Amino acid sequence: MKNSRLKLLSSPYIVWAVIFIIVPLGMVFYYGLTDKTGAFTLENVMAVMSEEHAKALWISLGLSLLSTAVCFFLAYPLAMILAHMNVNQHSFIVLIFILPMWMNFLLRTLAWQTLLEKTGAINNLLSFFHLPPLNIINTPYAIVLGMVYNFLPFMVLPIYNALVKIDPNVVNAAKDLGANPIQTFFKITLPLSIPGIISGITMVFIPALTTFVISKLLGGSKILLIGNVIEEEFTQAGNWHLGSGLSIVLMIFILINMAASAIFDKDGEGGLL
Amino acid sequence: MIKTTAKKIYIVLIFIFLYAPIATLMVFSFNKSRTRAKWGGFTFQWYLSLLGNREIMQALWNTLFIALVSSLSAVVIGTVACIAINNMNKRRRAVILGITNIPMLNADIVTGISLMLLFISLGFKFGLGTILLSHITFNIPYVILCVMPRMKQLNPSTYEAALDLGASPVLAFFKVVFPDILPGVLSGFLMAFTMSLDDFIITHFTKGAGVDTLSTKIYTEVKKGIKPEMYALSTIIFVTVLLLLFLVNKAPKEKNERRI
Amino acid sequence: MNKELINLVDISKAFDGETVLDELNLNIHENEFLTLLGPSGCGKTTTLRILGGFATPDKGSVIFDGKDITNLPPNKRQLNTVFQKYALFSHMNIAENIAFGLKIKNKPKTYIDDKIKYALKLVNLEGFEKRMPDSLSGGQQQRIAIARAIVNEPKVLLLDEPLGALDLKLRQDMQYELIRLKNELGITFIYVTHDQEEALTMSDTIVVMNQGYIQQIGTPETIYNEPENAFVADFIGDSNIIDAIMLEDRLVSILDTRFHCVDTGFGRNQPVDVVIRPEDVELTAPEDGILKGTVTHLIFKGVHYEMEVTANGFEWLVHSTGMFPVGTEVGIKVDPFNIQIMNKPASEDEEAAGIEE
Repeated sequence: MKNSRLKLLSSPYIVWAVIFIIVPLGMVFYYGLTDKTGAFTLENVMAVMSEEHAKALWISLGLSLLSTAVCFFLAYPLAMILAHMNVNQHSFIVLIFILPMWMNFLLRTLAWQTLLEKTGAINNLLSFFHLPPLNIINTPYAIVLGMVYNFLPFMVLPIYNALVKIDPNVVNAAKDLGANPIQTFFKITLPLSIPGIISGITMVFIPALTTFVISKLLGGSKILLIGNVIEEEFTQAGNWHLGSGLSIVLMIFILINMAASAIFDKDGEGGLL
Repeated sequence: MIKTTAKKIYIVLIFIFLYAPIATLMVFSFNKSRTRAKWGGFTFQWYLSLLGNREIMQALWNTLFIALVSSLSAVVIGTVACIAINNMNKRRRAVILGITNIPMLNADIVTGISLMLLFISLGFKFGLGTILLSHITFNIPYVILCVMPRMKQLNPSTYEAALDLGASPVLAFFKVVFPDILPGVLSGFLMAFTMSLDDFIITHFTKGAGVDTLSTKIYTEVKKGIKPEMYALSTIIFVTVLLLLFLVNKAPKEKNERRI
Repeated sequence: MNKELINLVDISKAFDGETVLDELNLNIHENEFLTLLGPSGCGKTTTLRILGGFATPDKGSVIFDGKDITNLPPNKRQLNTVFQKYALFSHMNIAENIAFGLKIKNKPKTYIDDKIKYALKLVNLEGFEKRMPDSLSGGQQQRIAIARAIVNEPKVLLLDEPLGALDLKLRQDMQYELIRLKNELGITFIYVTHDQEEALTMSDTIVVMNQGYIQQIGTPETIYNEPENAFVADFIGDSNIIDAIMLEDRLVSILDTRFHCVDTGFGRNQPVDVVIRPEDVELTAPEDGILKGTVTHLIFKGVHYEMEVTANGFEWLVHSTGMFPVGTEVGIKVDPFNIQIMNKPASEDEEAAGIEE
């Protein structure tokens, strides 16, 4: 199919991508870097330094890093167990993690409100076992839980895919050369799964950093994340310049993350699918 | 043996974690009491009143319409783009795929507001049309992600053989290439449909007043309290998908391993 | 023969209820090049995995140097494996790959560096220390896999179809390379392959396996010239396997024609299988042969002509430097030394079991 005319087939998509991906991003940059008169300014970007916005950014960073870490430590053992199960179940495993998406994401997150309430199902269960109650609703921990719940599949699947790709004989070779199970894990399995880990971290960290829904649903209205600030600038305060400026700050973090993953995953091997 | 038991327990715990909220929502849908907190007895009434709830039904049709049209459009544009991308040299391919990755890697909130700014400056009327354009935009990358690997595995000789045997390029594509990439196209469609259905953030910024999908409807209801009919509807959707998947799995399986 | 190093005693192994190895017994000597040869599914790879410690037998034991190592994990065994498709660590460069086992054992750095140099020299890849595995050709990766194993100074090197992924020419070069390596290192090689030519070229001892049973153990010459049953005869090289009746000692009736042979002790009028290698069939003028036949196919193979001759209802495969066109009437003669008589198996199961004891 090496036909140069075939390249023309890409033009609808290229036109689409320019209009709906490149130009809109350009507009975010335009609004973010100008004031209401249209003059260039860094004020909107620097606004992140203000006490209120800096606090929102720090909380967002803290909570999203924490949930990324929790996701990683929950997902890695799970992915390893799944990878060692029957080989022919690949699509089944993927399905099980995608299936919850067919229940609306907002409703699923809301359900945690009920589960976490003082007299909710979880606390009833805890008191049945005479354990201390869990009062995390409307706290940052509830937000972390919501993030972990929503984004865990995006950590499990890339790591699972990376682990499945490892030739079992490579692991056997390490054992054969004298490595005990712990050495084999840290010297072979873990390094070889790095592409999956990196893409898992990206896929959890970015949505967690930028969410405004989970914090609204589970954090009470007390905790403002950077996503909430931006959303309010657009839907309520109406200061698009400030909202765009803060979005540019968000994109800087996203770019840092993407650059890091490009270094670790040169071949683009890690993937959700 | 202790090890395998521990592993099983771990898997079960994770699945309880993933599916507990879903089970909770299903229980709500049978709850006579209008508030979430209390159990008022078992009832089917929300399933019946659901049909009469015009707002929810309208949101449902909007959601399904957008999901279907946007994923179909994305499949067409994305698949055609894949054919072209596959024939590009490395540099061009890297640039295009890089751009394709932007909506997937970028934060939904940034994609949402960027599209909102675009539509405002173009003077578009916010409504179903703008939601549709946005959904097509974020769906195309998923289609390309699913179709591209299939495309790479294609043996170019089969297409040439079809030409050699007298098929026109278009006929050759549909007879020889398309069946090979079909699994990728299908999973791309499914993925796009799912993503569109589950999207809230981008729709939130690109919808107009008065037009709602299920997600945005739920979001506005959060403060007032979710209508129990919503739980009933979600339960129906989820169970339907579950049954469909079950049927598909029961059907004779394709021999070569299909990657969703 | 050197002293025994490994004894496999009554090894049985089943996967999902399917028996892969059935009471296998095998003794392996020091400094021996032993090849496990057989079709896929014959149990040769399972045997190797049991030796390497990657599989545990359901029954039986593995004795290494007098010690039972049946349940010893692979990292504690004094053997190293060269894996199918090499299994190099793709995230480490060549030097790190080779150093892996030595670093695990906390060897000093100078020792490790010397070993890397020595091993790379041994496999003719000096100066490759900093290269990554992906940048090497299949043959080079194979050499690295061998280097990575031998720096650990194992007493036994296990090789699992190591040349399977290489092309023909390279495979032949590597065969000589492996023989040279084995002689230089003076250790035992246990080699798994389904390629009979590879086995005949390199081995001191060949173990022919089928369906979990050992069919025959012997030197390449014995295996080729004196196959003990039809399976071995069929698997090793081309052969004519014919139903026959042993009339008495040194006299066999093949296709209702009396042939002299050298075998004794089969009894009188006993049904047997007869193996005659194609190169041992002599074609003569029709009146000079024991059997008369007609040439039905003729192909030029380079070294010889390959012909099919129909005689008494049997298609004889013949390799000969002389050429007889299709349709020629010929006579068939076989030297008594070249007729190999084998007992007929009573049932299919027994055919698989062969004459294991």
